[in-house]
Amino acid sequence: MKKLLILGAGTAGTIMANKLAGVLSRDEWQITIVDRDESHHYQPGYLFIPFGIYTPRDVVKPRRDYLPRGVEVVMGGIEVIEPDQNRVRLSGGRVLGYDFLIIATGARPVPAQTEGLLGEEWHRSIFDFYTLEGASALARRLQHWEGGRLVINIVEMPIKCPVAPLEFAFLADWFFTEAGLRPKVEIEYVTPLPGAFTKPRAAAMLGDFLDKKNIRLTAEFATGSVDAGARKIVSWDQREVAYDLLVTIPTNMGDEAIARSGFGDELNFIPTDKHTLRSKVKDNIFVLGDATDLPASKAGSVAHFQADILFENLLDAIDGRPLRAHFDGHANCFIESGFNKGLLIDFNYETEPLPGKFPLPGIGPFSLLEETKMNHYGKMMFRWVYWNLLLRGAELPIEAEMTMAGKRR
Amino acid sequence: MAVRTLNNKPIEFDAEGFMTNYKDWDLEVAKVIAAEEGIASLNDRHLVVLNFMRKEFEAKGDGPSIRKLTKESGVPTKELYELFPGGPAKKAAKIAGIKKPHGCI
Repeated sequence: MKKLLILGAGTAGTIMANKLAGVLSRDEWQITIVDRDESHHYQPGYLFIPFGIYTPRDVVKPRRDYLPRGVEVVMGGIEVIEPDQNRVRLSGGRVLGYDFLIIATGARPVPAQTEGLLGEEWHRSIFDFYTLEGASALARRLQHWEGGRLVINIVEMPIKCPVAPLEFAFLADWFFTEAGLRPKVEIEYVTPLPGAFTKPRAAAMLGDFLDKKNIRLTAEFATGSVDAGARKIVSWDQREVAYDLLVTIPTNMGDEAIARSGFGDELNFIPTDKHTLRSKVKDNIFVLGDATDLPASKAGSVAHFQADILFENLLDAIDGRPLRAHFDGHANCFIESGFNKGLLIDFNYETEPLPGKFPLPGIGPFSLLEETKMNHYGKMMFRWVYWNLLLRGAELPIEAEMTMAGKRR
Repeated sequence: MAVRTLNNKPIEFDAEGFMTNYKDWDLEVAKVIAAEEGIASLNDRHLVVLNFMRKEFEAKGDGPSIRKLTKESGVPTKELYELFPGGPAKKAAKIAGIKKPHGCI
């Protein structure tokens, strides 16, 4: 019996398990998937929790409900990956061998990386929203907040879903407007990037949005520490931004097991070939989703497109053929802009987000780099698509490879 | 692309002002670029950073992130910002004569 081992049953690992269980013969292959706990979180949904649009029940489901029959599910932390022995040690002492390994251990916020972030004020005047606990605590705080300076701060790039902090700012503007509090709330968006976003045309457009919504942008701010007592964030070059309520997006890092295994970069991300998704660690190890060190967005859509590519390449690798499928860095993100509207961006390694129609050229129904109600409906509908189609590895009407059809330069 | 004469040598730069061939670099060239970036003189600590960046570029084909610089060059983050005000990874890469690091988006 040959063994295929998947580490991580999040978006990437779950899609991969479903795709592979459909084609690998159960007489020949044992597929095993490992995760630390039983709950699958729809992470894009965290954004809506602080504003009372979603509750935790909307974003958490049992992992096993989304994993295919015939796949062995193992719950436990990963102690260390030993590529030379083709095996993985779990924290409980169990050892899992493999012929092929897919690492999909993701990325997570690590507030402890920034001096002053964790402490008495954590979840009192300082909140994160990239965890269920943080988003839920912030929801409770926002219910009773009476206004002041709201500062949204990205500590360091790269982060998961790089548009989510902007969406948070737009939704906060909407939320406080609806509550009649907007005149009493100053919103400031503080980022290490030179502008509102990473890619020039989208950055210019989203920067205009911040302006229109009276959200102040402070760029090129590399956060060095937080003075929770004096309520200010301090950059490495000694600039200061004062806040009453800080919404932080802490440093994101890969799993600690990657550091223990000795092959991660300085943020525990795994050196990966940007086109084939094969690790640079060893030929029988592949990497998927946020765990990679690729210069692509860390996002569910990217993991989904990568899964299509990795599926083909893994089958090639199993048969001893050269890897033929190439990942192009494709990402596709809805950007909620508040007041029941949204934008959509579609881009890859080479092509920045451009205006146009999507997915049907000239027709849509979605509009690229343009604010529409339909884009908002797309974003809200996506939760259903995620649970019912995407995780199960079903075909969606969007190709893994980005297309220029429907886009205007 | 632009070719400029620095220290009596023709040196090619990309649109953002990064040298396209790191082998054309020498300390005199670095001093000229540093002055243009607002750094009047280069001291030993600047050179620790520049040399680390060049070594890293030679080995990996890409400049290091600030995090990697701090971890492996022995220069703390705060000092990096003092040495290269306004964005150490990018500014030091320019002065070190290497291409723009991929981490600098």
